[in-house]
Amino acid sequence: MSAAPPSSLPRWADVVVLPAANLLAAFILSGLVVVAIGENPFQAMSILVTGAFGNAESIGYTLYYATNFVFTGLAVAIAFHAGLFNIGGEGQAYIGGLGVGLACLWLGGLLPAPIMVPVAILTGAAFGAAWATVPAYLQAYRGSHIVITTIMFNFIAASVMTYLMVNVLIKPGQQSPESHEFAAAATLPRLHEMAESFGLEMATSPLNLAFVWALLCAGWYHLFLWRTRWGYEIRAVGANETAAIYAGISPARITILVMAISGALAGFVALNELMGVHYRIILNFTGGYGFVGIAVALIGRNRALGICLASLLFGALYQGGSELSLDMPTVTRELVVVIQGLVILFCGALENVFRGRIAQLFRRLTPAAA
Amino acid sequence: MADQIKSEASPSVAAPAVELIGIDKRFGAVHANRAVSLRIAVGSIHGIIGENGAGKSTLMSILYGYYQADAGEIRIAGKPVHIGNSHDALAHGIGMVHQHFMLVDPFTVLENVMLGVEGGYLLAAGAAQARAELQRLQRDYKLEVDLDTPVGELPVGLQQRVEILKALYRGAQVLILDEPTGVLTPQEADHLFRILRALRDEGKTVILITHKLREILEVTDRVTVMRQGAVVAERATRDTTKEELAELMVGRKVLLRVEKSPAKPGPVVLEVRGLTVIDGAGVRRVKDVSFDVRAGEIVGIAGVSGNGQSELLEALSGIRRASSGTVKIKGSECGVTHTIDPRAMRALGLAHVPEDRQRMGLVTAFAINESAILGYHDDKRYNGPLLMDRDKIIDLCGRQMGDYDVRPPDPRLRTAALSGGNQQKVVLAREFDRDPELLLVGQPTRGVDIGAIEFIHRRLIAMRDAGKAVLLVSVELDEILSLADRILVMFDGRVVGEVAPAQATEQKLGLMMAGASEAAA
Repeated sequence: MSAAPPSSLPRWADVVVLPAANLLAAFILSGLVVVAIGENPFQAMSILVTGAFGNAESIGYTLYYATNFVFTGLAVAIAFHAGLFNIGGEGQAYIGGLGVGLACLWLGGLLPAPIMVPVAILTGAAFGAAWATVPAYLQAYRGSHIVITTIMFNFIAASVMTYLMVNVLIKPGQQSPESHEFAAAATLPRLHEMAESFGLEMATSPLNLAFVWALLCAGWYHLFLWRTRWGYEIRAVGANETAAIYAGISPARITILVMAISGALAGFVALNELMGVHYRIILNFTGGYGFVGIAVALIGRNRALGICLASLLFGALYQGGSELSLDMPTVTRELVVVIQGLVILFCGALENVFRGRIAQLFRRLTPAAA
Repeated sequence: MADQIKSEASPSVAAPAVELIGIDKRFGAVHANRAVSLRIAVGSIHGIIGENGAGKSTLMSILYGYYQADAGEIRIAGKPVHIGNSHDALAHGIGMVHQHFMLVDPFTVLENVMLGVEGGYLLAAGAAQARAELQRLQRDYKLEVDLDTPVGELPVGLQQRVEILKALYRGAQVLILDEPTGVLTPQEADHLFRILRALRDEGKTVILITHKLREILEVTDRVTVMRQGAVVAERATRDTTKEELAELMVGRKVLLRVEKSPAKPGPVVLEVRGLTVIDGAGVRRVKDVSFDVRAGEIVGIAGVSGNGQSELLEALSGIRRASSGTVKIKGSECGVTHTIDPRAMRALGLAHVPEDRQRMGLVTAFAINESAILGYHDDKRYNGPLLMDRDKIIDLCGRQMGDYDVRPPDPRLRTAALSGGNQQKVVLAREFDRDPELLLVGQPTRGVDIGAIEFIHRRLIAMRDAGKAVLLVSVELDEILSLADRILVMFDGRVVGEVAPAQATEQKLGLMMAGASEAAA
């Protein structure tokens, strides 16, 4: 009765061995795909790895992509701790970008950078949070399922942004829907520029201050969830809603709170993309980062450190993948997406395929240990 | 198939119906069964008794094919067999009635029994055959139940009969019942025992797993006692006593009845007047209930589960909104009809040990120290302006675990890693430790070992003697009878009567619990 379920694993195996096995399976299958189109999979792998980590510049790019995934991964994960599946990271990031962009456009010329940046962070968070709070309210008080509403809110966000970009925010006298450029005070410094001012040499890359903010968010995420009473309440609602109600915690209130935080975290993608790289509002700057955040959270087991590592993996896949499609013309951009898809499939959706077998292996290896 | 097995079994009447030889089973670090050997005679009722985690359920799961033994042999009617799954078990004539029924509620009795053995692509022929066979079984074994009623509309006692019919219909010669009386009134349990005796008299073999000593003594022929995965004794039932079995189970002497002095009731602490609770589906669960609980007394609420006790407790503790009525704690109105606020109730001095610790009382995925502050996580003692003081919480939890003898006493373990009894002690420690004025206690010993039951009962009495008002809801009549100073009986949402424990007998309470109309019949 009190027996452990047959597929239980030691915790370290759950955290290390299982993801490694899943990743290996994804890469083997990807290798077969590469073989199928007549290329050498080992060469492809080597290009991918060198492309992502081969030199300082590529590492900078990898970290720049990873920054987005940390934000969206944390966004998905914190909602998940309350038992909510927030599929709307994409839309929340997009609307968060509207907030960041409006603040930068209107106040960029008026405020100095040390004030402008926090203001942009706050407006981005507020817009992202507001966009996530509507589905949260509908779930908490009207019973509309949050998965459905957040998906729909992605589409609404996309339409709203397209309308605003084309009709309102577009810089007059040009064809492509882009806003005016932000003032210098409303941009985030690149890390190589900052290193230079300290006299350090660093390769040029889009890696910017948002990366530091992402790491701070990850640290804050960990403290908030595991060391504060609000984090306690969030986890209680996610782990056992009945027990939470018994404890006097209102699941409806927690739903609103956690979705607001989730939306705010997703909104920070705009810091990296708009303030760090594009210096203006552009269409579709979110580029699917919100969706990949779901995979990042899954692979990262909803833990701060795990999410950072998973973000690094996806950053590497993005950066190495684009190098791969440059160096191996037969490996098209779409094929790189296939490889990313396989990683998501094995690490996210099929994360438990090998669990039983690995557990069996562990039992066989440690029979007398008990 | 039934006939086939009967003809196989009959030549070797001397061989036991089931023989387990040296069964050994480990789950990781847990040694669930240690070289268990057991012989169960044909045509007998054999009890297996032991505390939770003693390995009885594991042993029966091995016999029924859910688990494979690491070592050992199973012999059915003298022949070694391999039982790889429940199909194999059924093929060897072994049927099981689970603690939690495996029935499809919207299906009729007939459809449930046929499920999996429909006998062809079209139902009609199989159904006719099944109906005839079931009618024969019902006649032979006093298993009356209407075949065309949807199972969901039957009371649990009858649902259990459907499970027994299912097993018999599939040709079971050996019937395993896992804690079959947990959900039954005493009268329903008595009827079940009559059925089991009829089955035995027809030559079937019954294995009864239970932790209730009374049942073992009442219905079994032989009893095997298990402790910590091993068989510690086997007795002919007529040669043993309650006290001996309890001692064998626990490994030391236990007091079956708590010793307590007469209650010294003080002023009224809880005053309930005309409380009515209507659930989300619009069903009136609690109907116009009024009673008082005074300081220094234990008021017990007896009743078959599902007669409104849970909703009553939930309304009183602020988890569920009442639709009318008033509740006063120490004279202050709680407003149970317009707010849902367990925290406010706690602030008034109420502590609540919920009926279902795993569903409501604890977060099993949390560390024990986190479960130990559930409902009190706002306490200033371990909350800074922003962060919680983890060390203080762990200290507090460690002290509580020491006071309540929770084992293993490690606050960092996951709550799920504790046994049921130890989980319950964590809940009790948390709720009793705040020095509440009023205790709502639901099923305090459900699924708890005998040793822990004794401990929990003594703690409840100690709270009463310290002048606390205690409202105890339990489906275990033994518990109500031995703890309560006054007994209220609930049936169909109403309090149908009050009995003094001195005048109460299981029979009298049982009749009240089954409702007045049935009592008259």
